[in-house]
Amino acid sequence: MAAIIRQNPNQPALPDFRNMGTILRVLVAVNLGAAVLAIARAGQLSSAYAEWIEATGFVEPYLLLVLAVLWAASPWLSRLSFGVGAGMVALVTVVCGYLLHEVMHRLAPLAPGTLVRWIVFGLVAVAILLFYFHLRARALSPAITEARLQALQARIRPHFLFNSINAVLSLVRSDPKRAEVALEDMADLFRVLMRDNRNLAPLEEEVELCRQYLELEKLRLGDRLTVDWNVKSMPGDALVPPLMLQPLLENAVYHGIEPSSMPGTVSINLFLSRGEVHAILKNPYRTTGGNHHSGNKMALANVRERLALHFDAEASLESRVTKDAYEVHIRIPYRTEPANSATGVPTVTGPMPGADDDRQRGVSARLGMTEAARA
Amino acid sequence: MPDSPLRVLIVDDEAPARRRLRDLLEDCAAALPLAIIGEAQHGREALELLQNAPVDLVLTDIHMPDMDGVELARHLLKLSHPPVVIFTTAFHEHAVQAFEVNAVDYLMKPIRVQRLLGALQKVPRLKPVSAEKLSQLPTTARRFLSVTERSRVVLVPVEDVVYLKAELKYITIRTSQREYLLEESLTRLETEFGARFVRVHRNCLAARDHIRGFERRVNDDGDAHWEVLLAGVQETLPVSRRQQSVVREMGRETAA
Repeated sequence: MAAIIRQNPNQPALPDFRNMGTILRVLVAVNLGAAVLAIARAGQLSSAYAEWIEATGFVEPYLLLVLAVLWAASPWLSRLSFGVGAGMVALVTVVCGYLLHEVMHRLAPLAPGTLVRWIVFGLVAVAILLFYFHLRARALSPAITEARLQALQARIRPHFLFNSINAVLSLVRSDPKRAEVALEDMADLFRVLMRDNRNLAPLEEEVELCRQYLELEKLRLGDRLTVDWNVKSMPGDALVPPLMLQPLLENAVYHGIEPSSMPGTVSINLFLSRGEVHAILKNPYRTTGGNHHSGNKMALANVRERLALHFDAEASLESRVTKDAYEVHIRIPYRTEPANSATGVPTVTGPMPGADDDRQRGVSARLGMTEAARA
Repeated sequence: MPDSPLRVLIVDDEAPARRRLRDLLEDCAAALPLAIIGEAQHGREALELLQNAPVDLVLTDIHMPDMDGVELARHLLKLSHPPVVIFTTAFHEHAVQAFEVNAVDYLMKPIRVQRLLGALQKVPRLKPVSAEKLSQLPTTARRFLSVTERSRVVLVPVEDVVYLKAELKYITIRTSQREYLLEESLTRLETEFGARFVRVHRNCLAARDHIRGFERRVNDDGDAHWEVLLAGVQETLPVSRRQQSVVREMGRETAA
């Protein structure tokens, strides 16, 4: 899993050189460093600009070359231990500096000693950045990250729990079959809510969970709630943080449907585009919402922070209000389970005690069953 | 009148919740004579129903579109024979605390039949909750103002109000259509509706949305003052010297 969160907290590890966040941080840091050096060397501000222009002439190609090599070598580097990996990164820096110097020297002769200056600058930058990424990884280490994730785990509104129980109770006498299905939906929903949700899970599981959630809401709200699913081109195997969509749908129902006695539509649009998974959720925007206004930002901030913990700068969550609709747009990189750990769908049909992974698969298999039974 | 059945109205926006309450009330009917007069989906519908069919008890949800339970209870007090109101709520931490503090009766959903029966048996001894207490409950500003006219309760949507003017004992509610008389305090209304109205005079609140602009007028004796021009009504309102700052603040907005 190429997420930002690394598995071993205490061992230093190389950053993920294919992560946009990593690349962005390196670019910014090195350019800042070069600018500071230019000012320091010039001694006075008037000549600092010329010095900086000259410096960028080598810093930019050098930096991009090193980043490109590291990007290409990333899968191989990630298998090395930290010490060897860091050595390799230093080697790449030296070799790239040398090659670049050779090429540029041929185009236009450079002053003697330039090569050494370049390579020293490169190595210092590597050392500082590796140390920075190590500190950052420690700050985001599982012990701390897990605690944060646990705290962030979307919590369902108690309001929904008790109203749903009430709705099911109302069915027990008149329509026991529907009451049964509703209780099963609730059990599945709460199983997912209460399990360990720190690992990414396939999008199709999240969608199934959302369907069950919305079924329960429909039970309560009847014709007031219409759901418009648009998931034909959804990448079902994409890995997403569990409970990425459900809290947002809960928001959509709470703020978009409940405050009005008029029927409304919640629409969900999931698709894959240019290697990114997009999720667009829409609900009617009610200006006269009574006492439903407050507390809207909670779920949004929660999902946004979990996306950042898992994908850093590569994921985004944006919300906007159009004339009569509220829209949330999530964008995450398309990642799937590595082939070696995908051992096919197990044939369990009930929840199994044991390892987390087994438990999750058991649930997903059960979700499939309930859906089939209903159809 | 111990022999006449207890007349009950159920108010909830969720159909299953109404059905559940009906089932439970029918269970109680064996122990206590009662009659379910009707069901309503929100406060406005309930009020409409109660104009023609008086009841002894209203069981109402708090969270409802159009008009919530607390607002309904406030309007019900204007009826000639206000019913007892018992609130039902699934989960509303703040509301529940406020109920406890103010000793307002409520039932937690899912409701148990014993609890419901206990509450029903108490009803003949209960009095409607006072407006004072109701205003202590955490609720948003009312969506309607209610006035009594020929023993009927008339609802005036707050967004239709152009201005509120205190005159002797009453407040005049002015909409673009007509005037109504309301028995409340202007200061309370000002606090309740906050930014919607702006005080232009000691005795007058004007709706911001309805203010078209301001006009400088000079009296016969040479004193100058500002008048508020309003959308939807012909008359203008004088701005008192004390509230002059409103002209500056709002004038900028309307000029923009």
